[in-house]
Amino acid sequence: MKVSNHEEFEPRIVAFLCRWCAYAGADLAGVSRLEYPPNVIPILVPCSGRVDPQYILLAFKNGADGVLIGGCHTPNDCHYVSGNYKALKRYALLKKYLEQIGINPARVRLEWISATEGQKFARVIREFTEELKKLGPLRLR
Amino acid sequence: MPKERVGVFVCHCGRNIAGTVDVKKVAEEASKHPAVVFATDYKYMCSDPGQKLIKDAIREYKLTAVVVAACTPSMHEETFRKACSEVGLNWYKCEIANIREQCSWVHSEIDKATEKAIRIVNSTIEKVIRNEPLTPITVGIKKKCLVIGGGIAGIQAALDVADAGFEVILVEKSPTIGGRMAQLSETFPTLDCAQCILTPKMVAVARHPRIKLYTLSEVIDVEGFVGNFRVKIRKKPRYVDIDKCNICGECEKVCPVIVPNEFDRGLSYRKAIYIPFPQAVPAAYTIDPEACLGLNPVICGECIEVCDQQAINYDDKEEIIEEEVGAIIVATGYNLYPKEKIPEYGYGKYEDVIDSLQFERLLSSTGPTRGTIVRPSDGKVPKRVAFIQCVGSRDVNHLEYCSKICCMYSAKHAMMYKHLVPDGQAYIFYIDIRAAGKGYEEFIKRVQEEYGVIYIRGRVSKIYKENGQLIVQAVDTLTGEQLEVPVDLVVLAMGIVPSPDAKRLAEILKIPVDKWGFYQEVHPKLRPVESVVSGIFVCGAAQGPKDISETVAQASAAASKAIALLSKDMIYHEPIIARVNTDLCSGCGVCESICPYGAIKVINKVAEVNEVLCEGCGACAAACPVGAIQLRNFRDDQIISMIQAVLTR
Repeated sequence: MKVSNHEEFEPRIVAFLCRWCAYAGADLAGVSRLEYPPNVIPILVPCSGRVDPQYILLAFKNGADGVLIGGCHTPNDCHYVSGNYKALKRYALLKKYLEQIGINPARVRLEWISATEGQKFARVIREFTEELKKLGPLRLR
Repeated sequence: MPKERVGVFVCHCGRNIAGTVDVKKVAEEASKHPAVVFATDYKYMCSDPGQKLIKDAIREYKLTAVVVAACTPSMHEETFRKACSEVGLNWYKCEIANIREQCSWVHSEIDKATEKAIRIVNSTIEKVIRNEPLTPITVGIKKKCLVIGGGIAGIQAALDVADAGFEVILVEKSPTIGGRMAQLSETFPTLDCAQCILTPKMVAVARHPRIKLYTLSEVIDVEGFVGNFRVKIRKKPRYVDIDKCNICGECEKVCPVIVPNEFDRGLSYRKAIYIPFPQAVPAAYTIDPEACLGLNPVICGECIEVCDQQAINYDDKEEIIEEEVGAIIVATGYNLYPKEKIPEYGYGKYEDVIDSLQFERLLSSTGPTRGTIVRPSDGKVPKRVAFIQCVGSRDVNHLEYCSKICCMYSAKHAMMYKHLVPDGQAYIFYIDIRAAGKGYEEFIKRVQEEYGVIYIRGRVSKIYKENGQLIVQAVDTLTGEQLEVPVDLVVLAMGIVPSPDAKRLAEILKIPVDKWGFYQEVHPKLRPVESVVSGIFVCGAAQGPKDISETVAQASAAASKAIALLSKDMIYHEPIIARVNTDLCSGCGVCESICPYGAIKVINKVAEVNEVLCEGCGACAAACPVGAIQLRNFRDDQIISMIQAVLTR
């Protein structure tokens, strides 16, 4: 990605979306034609609990400026009983780790987005994109 | 990896995609991928000609994998996979790149949307070339159903499943089936006598050739998976042979022990050898070993002396029964919220403050008073009765939820009271009246208008006694007036809580409960009787407070789900499940501890996955410290290559 002081920086976001809630919520945003920035590329996963923290590090290493993990609402929405809680625990640890290695933990975001929350999905992407624009490029790659 | 030959098919979806995404460019970019041998675009890929285009290309270019860039996979994944499999491509070698819902429909700048679509397609190509061809896992089914709980829910479910031709094991913890409904007097809104409509069903259970009834029994262990559960049942000794006992009642007459009768909720007494109520099923006496003076060694032995049938056996022992079933229906019912938790209403302190089930027993023609209304303290007919609704319910200090049935049964209580004591006055203290149900609102109206029951809107703050007179203190929230109503009897419409065994059973069955301990359904609207564990269904008040009509409907729903399952010869299970690389696995057991389905066991220092129990969430794969356990077609190498593909260009 070309970045100059004059051209506006366009962050790259990788979004790991659980099949049952967040991915369906993103689909609903589409069905409802809710426009949001094209900076996000979705990767479908069965569950937010499938997201290995290594993926997030790898995404940063490969040029992502931000990573979103989208799962089902706590306490009871997870299709696989407790995958969302597993994601939540790993997320807390990962944020600490990112801080240690000098990556702003705000570059990774965990959001509970239900299949009915197309609005929320669009809003999260808009907000996150803006936030990352302020943070500027990560430039690990 | 063998050389893959991928075909990429980019759909225009009319203008839905093509209006925002340069579909030709997406196909062109895809064709640059080394594994792609064919890439094209078409107006409507899901149409017959579109599907034919894919099928022809699979044959012509000997494609080993297909990417369809179109709408969301939840829309047409099955359509395209089916088309592919019709020409011999494995179901899992076709993947959808969602460039409509998550691209063309949410962006407006063509160049940016096209760029994003290319990245989505590229990552999908990376995934599909690494997908394994898989076949669904098939397993046989034990054509038998376990029903836990012998109340009206369990009875209905058992009868439905048995009538459909399947064997049923009905497990009930008390000496008789019938549950709470057997304790009730009349039922709202039709005033059918509860026993009159329930006992024929109880008898039908007893007589049914395909229902095996275990009373005084509880489920202590469940292993296995849908279609193949292994169940352990503990059957406690009854000390009376149900086949020999002819309920002559001689034993009861001579038994010297008297204890409070739980069926009448302490309003009467029973002996140590007893039958809960005359229509009990099985129709046999039971010895209460806690109350009996002594079974081993025998202390009194009066009952065995008088039993002509020689039905009594003091040496009866506990049995552990093992059964194999294909489906399980859980119907463990409810309890009342403990009155002791609301001391300001004086339960335990004042004899004439009783709960709603005690009042049911007073109303019942088979109850302790043979259906006459007298108050417990002095046996006098109460002339003023206060019925208090929402006791413990809709209260942040107790139960936050509505117990759903109290509005209706309190109205019924007041009506029945007026039938029996026409010159008496009934008061109902309520917060709101919730009478949603067929004929329910009309019933409430009748109680208010024809029976002259006084409805007072307001929560009761206190019940106390002044000069021997019970007084109900409340604020009428409609007039703002402080009220002190002297009454002779108070009936508390206690909130509803799950049966005390529900939690233990939920742990055995590995099914979740909600915040209050009610069994959690998969989806409240669309999958209301299924638990998250495939093959285990829930119904009745164990799932949430509900009345008899709803309970019966839900029990039949659970039964029909079980019947649909048992009617199959085989069940097919999604093959996207976890798999262990035994060379890498160190046997640390992290996966075993993290699996929500108990699908992983470490055996001889290597993790093993039960293919049928595994639901494919992949939590184990994310947790494994050495990457030894992987989720099929969502493996680390696949997701990593997808991440690289979306970021590299």
